[in-house]
Amino acid sequence: MALTIEEVEHVARLARLSLTAQEKEMYAEQLSSILHLFEMLDLLPTDGVEPLAHVLPLFNVIRADEAGPSLPRDEAMANAALTEDGQFKVPKII
Amino acid sequence: MELYQHTVQEIGEMLARREVTAREVLASSAERIGRVENKIQAFITLTLEEAEKTARDLEARDEIGGLAGIPCGIKDNLCTRGVRTTCASEMLENFVPPYDATAVKRLKSAGAVVVGKLNMDEFAMGSSTENSGFFPTHNPWDLTRVPGGSSGGAAAAVAAGEVYYALASDTGGSIRQPASFCGVVGMKPTYGLVSRFGLVAFASSLDQVGPITRTVTDCALVMNAICGHDSMDSTSLKVPVPDYTKDIQEGIKGLRIGFPREYFQKGVDRGVKDTIMEALFKFEELGAVVEETSLPHSEYALPTYYIIAPSEASSNLARFDGVRYGYRDRYAQDTAEMFSSTRARGFGPEVIRRVMLGTYALSSGYYEAYYLKALKVRRLIKEDFDRAFEQYDILISPTTTSTAFRIGEKAEDLLTMYMLDMLTIPVSLAGIPSISIPGGFLNNLPVGLQLMGPPLSERTLLKAAYAFEQATGYHLRTPVLEVYGT
Amino acid sequence: MTTAEYEAVIGLEVHVELKTRSKAFCHCATSFGVEPNTHVCPICLGMPGVLPVLNREMVEYALMTALALNCRIAGYCKFDRKNYFYPDLPKNYQISQYDLPIATGGSLVIETENGPRTIGINRVHMEEDTGKLVHKGSIMTTPYSLVDLNRAGTPLLEIVSEPDLRSPGEARMYVEKLRLILLYLGVSDGKMEEGSLRCDANISVRPPGQQKLGTRTEIKNLNSFRALERALDYEIRRQIKTLAKGERIIQETRTWDEHEQVTMSMRSKEEAHDYRYFPDPDLPPLRIDPAWVERVCRSLPELPDQARRRLSEEYNLRRYDALLLTASRDILDFFDDCVAQYPKPKVLAKWITGDLARLLNRNKLEIKESKITPASLVGLLRLLEEGTISGTIAKAVLAEMFTTGESPDKIVRERGLTQISDEQEVRALVGDVIAENSRAVAEFQKGKDRALRFLMGQAMKASGGKANPELVYRLLREELSGR
Repeated sequence: MALTIEEVEHVARLARLSLTAQEKEMYAEQLSSILHLFEMLDLLPTDGVEPLAHVLPLFNVIRADEAGPSLPRDEAMANAALTEDGQFKVPKII
Repeated sequence: MELYQHTVQEIGEMLARREVTAREVLASSAERIGRVENKIQAFITLTLEEAEKTARDLEARDEIGGLAGIPCGIKDNLCTRGVRTTCASEMLENFVPPYDATAVKRLKSAGAVVVGKLNMDEFAMGSSTENSGFFPTHNPWDLTRVPGGSSGGAAAAVAAGEVYYALASDTGGSIRQPASFCGVVGMKPTYGLVSRFGLVAFASSLDQVGPITRTVTDCALVMNAICGHDSMDSTSLKVPVPDYTKDIQEGIKGLRIGFPREYFQKGVDRGVKDTIMEALFKFEELGAVVEETSLPHSEYALPTYYIIAPSEASSNLARFDGVRYGYRDRYAQDTAEMFSSTRARGFGPEVIRRVMLGTYALSSGYYEAYYLKALKVRRLIKEDFDRAFEQYDILISPTTTSTAFRIGEKAEDLLTMYMLDMLTIPVSLAGIPSISIPGGFLNNLPVGLQLMGPPLSERTLLKAAYAFEQATGYHLRTPVLEVYGT
Repeated sequence: MTTAEYEAVIGLEVHVELKTRSKAFCHCATSFGVEPNTHVCPICLGMPGVLPVLNREMVEYALMTALALNCRIAGYCKFDRKNYFYPDLPKNYQISQYDLPIATGGSLVIETENGPRTIGINRVHMEEDTGKLVHKGSIMTTPYSLVDLNRAGTPLLEIVSEPDLRSPGEARMYVEKLRLILLYLGVSDGKMEEGSLRCDANISVRPPGQQKLGTRTEIKNLNSFRALERALDYEIRRQIKTLAKGERIIQETRTWDEHEQVTMSMRSKEEAHDYRYFPDPDLPPLRIDPAWVERVCRSLPELPDQARRRLSEEYNLRRYDALLLTASRDILDFFDDCVAQYPKPKVLAKWITGDLARLLNRNKLEIKESKITPASLVGLLRLLEEGTISGTIAKAVLAEMFTTGESPDKIVRERGLTQISDEQEVRALVGDVIAENSRAVAEFQKGKDRALRFLMGQAMKASGGKANPELVYRLLREELSGR
């Protein structure tokens, strides 16, 4: 199946990626060719097959409710581009 | 013979016998890096000063044994406290983690001397290290060729003698494929055997940390240091960790080896096939029972992987938004724009492609056709292996469909590039262990031999790999990087 | 709100912050009101390479809550990622539960004017909380916002009701009852104003008798009981008005504007959410075996409905008193503590729901914060029962105990408040009153009972309230009839 430019725009919006018109065309074409590769899966019947989300037979991995030390604030924020008053700064939201 | 040419095992013994000091060993590696790094370009960040300090501290404490005092490199998607960890992405060009990955922490506590962070395909997405956001790495066997990927820097640095071993990660073949291209040993352990904590996630259900070394014994030595349960990783296995070097020389008499016919079919170079077939005769000579077998769902592994891995990646990479760390477009007028332009500029094209692909596969209306379907096929692929391991102790195949290709040769052809991983991907989907070792040479380029085993069969794999290595001596061949007088 | 033409159909989604020591998936301490970004670590900051590890207590609290709400516990459940971008969500996905929540199909009973009503619970699931955004001024006009991630990763339960509620009043009762159950369980603070209990409402209207649901809207930002009731009230009127005009209801998310007291559409250019849920590969699933459920079941404390039934049945208390005494676990504990020392539940109920409750209300205190303890209240009631003090004095002593925290014995002793039961002393007092109130005496003799009450009051007053009232009464009669 081929992806339309509108579909590429929709996906880019969901993934928060701003693309140029040229990039949209490129990704439409490339993603379509990859989706084409996926079509062979349609030929494989999987009725009654349980999806495998975890390869390990692990269950109930839980820890005790114990509070430990947090990061010093300087370290927690050291990598941030913009901060103010010990908080991360972001441009207006709406 | 110079110090850097020794193996981990040898240099460890020399250090233990006090024939050399940690600083002398480091100096040899540093000198080697100084001589060849401009050709190889394996490192994103060198930490020779910190390494010098570590070596001095080890000497002061008189710490010897294990990996103590032996220089190594770390793939740049494993977090290193206080040392920038970039994932070869402009997005994380200046990111300095305040924590060590568990596997890194374990190496450090074993006395490892970390000399730098190694190049890779951006966020481990790629098979040639051409997708590095910074620069490509060159294959020590032929500098015009790629070292493979995504752990291309790690494999090249080990092959070129810049480090004794490297810590890397494998999602769909990212350790084994570059090990194969560079003629070194690369192991992807059983999913859950090495902690993923601090490994920047690409596809969480597939990612595993493992070693790249020059010999099988060295691989076992590094495995001894990094394996074992970690309470910081909920998918970490609570199993006793054996000494992987113990009985490694035991031999493989009576070992039942299967070779899956699907791994020798179309898409695999004739020369590669022939080389591995030859290798199988060697295994027979060594006393193993070798038979053809089948993993019938193998051909579905590639599409399955390219649905699951990008889907998980689309979610794992959502956190790179410019708020708490990483690149940020400071000129954006509002948060939505800031997110979108930060991500579009911070990520390279392959990352954007896979994030888009994964977002699409998970999106409303497509989830069942793609993601859920892929999880079902994943079970079928795993069951193929389960059945095969009822009959065989291990399976053997080529690691890659070809030897190393030229830089730029396949960059334009996306699908061909993706197909390169078709022999390593099924193992990743099944979560089982696998090791790639030099299996022969074609036109002076290494050919990788892949050994696959059931969950937690690392000892068996290492034993078989060791027997083959010792019988062939392929590990003794090294690339010639310095022609006298140049 | 139901008019002749329309009835309201309301379902509530309540988010509850759990009172665990540490966050849901990391060791950071849960907190409220501390310095920004001081309770954060690489994990709750969503730094690259970090992994979540599930807090056992979160699961235990979820099980307790689900069992208290009569839910079916899932034998197998898992965590999923809910993917959306927002600056208060560090990973830009929230760890939540999607198609296999920990519990489904429960119920909760509310006490309406028309008797009890059972409200269905659709599901209970676990998830992690987001951080907080601080806007300079309003979110609409602020030039920038600041992100504090202390709250990010705090364990949350989402409790989703069936659309069984029919009025804003019922919605309020539902949330109040739910909150009471959570407080009894001790799993949450349930403080709406601090955001540890948050509420979204789904609401539609339809002609009574119609089975099919009308088009619904979702209202967010309901941060108090008042806001909940008013927003629903407003929204029902708005929907009815819209339909009456022949227009259609648009399915959308609306927000309650506390200042304007209206609901407002939150529609933006952004398309509808597509959360792209998928199982979180970092978290193995949970298997909850019957033994685990059984153990949690046995550990459940008495719940409000059970307590009320016990108070009604064992102590024969009036329904209303039983409701008041179970209005919080602290009140109930106080009452039970008192009964253990002084087995006269009716007397205790009268004092606790009467004078003590008045004192608490007037001073805006919770029973736990008051200086009166079960022991001191019982001490006071013993003094009253023994006749050491009169009822009037007892009320005054209680007020003093409330203020000073002194023991009733000490107050009575030091202030000389002991009841006068000495017959000679009281007879003298009564004699004086009779002598000084000849007019009232005359009226009494004309047969006016009111005059006797007046004389009685005078005598009590003269004794400073300390005279034994029964004795005063008897002696007054004796003295008056003796004339």
